[in-house]
Amino acid sequence: MAGPDGVILYLKGLTKTFAGHAAVDAIDLEIFEGELFTIVGPSGSGKTTLLRMLAGMEMPTSGDIILRGEKINAIPANRRPTCMVFQSLALFPHKEVGANIEFSLKIRGVDPATRKRRALELMEMLRLPESYYRRAVTQISGGERQRVALARALAFDPEILFFDEPLSALDYKLRKTLEKELKDIHRETKKTFVYITHSLEEAMVMSDRIGVMRSGKLVQIGSPQEIYSTPNSKFVSEFIGDVNVVPVTVTGDRKLTSAEVPGEFRAPPIADGMKDGYLVVRPEFLRFLSEPGDADNHVAGKLYNEYALGSRIQYHVRVGEMTFVLEKLRHEAFQGKLDQDVLIGWDAADSIVVPDR
Amino acid sequence: MSERRITAGAWSASPVILFLLIGFAAPLAAIIVFSFMPPRTFGFGGQPTFENYVTIFESTTYISLLWSLGFAAMTVVILAFICYPVAYGLVRVFGRWSTLVTLLFVIPLFVSENVRLYGWLLFFIKNGVLLGSLKSMFGLDLESILFTRGIVLFGMVYVYIPFMLFPLTLGISMVPNETREAARDLGATRWQVFREVELPLSLPGLMIGSLLTFVLAVGAIAEAKVLGGQQIIPIAHDIEIAFTYAQNWPLGAALSVLLMLIVGALVLLVLRRVDLDRLLGRR
Repeated sequence: MAGPDGVILYLKGLTKTFAGHAAVDAIDLEIFEGELFTIVGPSGSGKTTLLRMLAGMEMPTSGDIILRGEKINAIPANRRPTCMVFQSLALFPHKEVGANIEFSLKIRGVDPATRKRRALELMEMLRLPESYYRRAVTQISGGERQRVALARALAFDPEILFFDEPLSALDYKLRKTLEKELKDIHRETKKTFVYITHSLEEAMVMSDRIGVMRSGKLVQIGSPQEIYSTPNSKFVSEFIGDVNVVPVTVTGDRKLTSAEVPGEFRAPPIADGMKDGYLVVRPEFLRFLSEPGDADNHVAGKLYNEYALGSRIQYHVRVGEMTFVLEKLRHEAFQGKLDQDVLIGWDAADSIVVPDR
Repeated sequence: MSERRITAGAWSASPVILFLLIGFAAPLAAIIVFSFMPPRTFGFGGQPTFENYVTIFESTTYISLLWSLGFAAMTVVILAFICYPVAYGLVRVFGRWSTLVTLLFVIPLFVSENVRLYGWLLFFIKNGVLLGSLKSMFGLDLESILFTRGIVLFGMVYVYIPFMLFPLTLGISMVPNETREAARDLGATRWQVFREVELPLSLPGLMIGSLLTFVLAVGAIAEAKVLGGQQIIPIAHDIEIAFTYAQNWPLGAALSVLLMLIVGALVLLVLRRVDLDRLLGRR
């Protein structure tokens, strides 16, 4: 019945089909008390449908949702101890900031004085000025609306807070600030947060654990570090930022060749029986070599271009039809001219070989 | 400085402006001027006078005015209760049947109001469709409800349904679905979602529908004539009598002006109290 200790939410074979198509396909997942779990996936991967089932706005076709040992499949949204922050925020446009935040308290019949006290507490915690209490929600900025939506959800005092890409409509700078703010709020409130986003970068910043979703299935679950350094498929490895992915064939014990790049490469341990796959090397693990022997593997190419990324500099090196991406810290910048012949390389331990899934 | 020139916009608008001047402003001005002419005159040449207005307040015409205002108000209230569920159904429940239901409400509009009212007359009249059938099939001999105040109200509600229904449908369809879901997620029951979110957010539609039906219903005349016998005399009937039988154009004009003033003041009052932009969340 109940999941292991410390599991707040347990999903068992959770499935949702729309007209024969499985939007969410037999998902098994344990979410732990107090963690910030992020489900990340491209649009159409089923992550919103999954979240809507957890919040009670969509009924599962099959499988179970178990909250602290209790099956909640058939419990409607208004009687679940969970709360959602919507992508559109869904603030009530006819109510003031204060009335928006107090909504769930009013529904429960809490007296106006207590309601107001609680709303002002939350506004202070979220750094909304007290004078905003009487302000129309249509008269405040995007970031402030975001905070009102969060305060409204927190006023409900839910066991789990769900977030449906609430930051996607904001500009880059504000998004970056709010990502961290959200993680701080998570720390302050010690509540379980389940967040969905299409940006693995956003997920990296905030999450304790990440689940990567593709075509209705969770293809990998792990810490941000695990997802970043040991992706289990080409799909996951390409999901974050720039990465070098080379199609390879396994030729022997920890030996690889590629149709795209000349030479034979030394590989990290490879799963048994894998014949064809992809070699994945992150840009910061590639380096410019002065001697071929300076790294386990080396490739000769031409420096095509360089890009300043703030604290780092990115280099593109053309090898035949392929472009390799390298990154160096600014103070370790590579001094080279465009179209210069360069030797690049990496160590076997800094690479992984993943199947084409 | 360049000389004053008529812009392209003004040229484009001129046919409409001309049409409004001739078709709307001129008759209105004529009615207003006529209301200050001596009684029973037929030209604009007389000495201006307030005599017509005095006549109105000294006679029993105010009773007609009260009937019209009262019946219009009742029509609006009844329509709000009838149309809200139907409009809600059209937007949220009926799905692909919505078009069919909409057509059922629109098609009667293609038939003249008088013809439709005479249809109801045949339906309700003694030995007519309803009572005749009851009599021959069950031997029941009931009194007709025709020529009562109730049937007049029924007629008005029937005739003005579309004018309340469609603004309401628009109003309800403008409530963002996620605000409903958010309210529900925050613990609200279906009734609380309606009271706290759906009703206030669909108010603009209700306001527009109410104003539209009220203004139309104040000028209603056919329902009282066809279905109501002489049970009530609406103000529109008094105006018609003044212009036709009584041959007292200035009195009819004064009644018209008075009615316009009262309705205009009510509309302005409502529009001032209800800030449509704020309700729609535009500000």
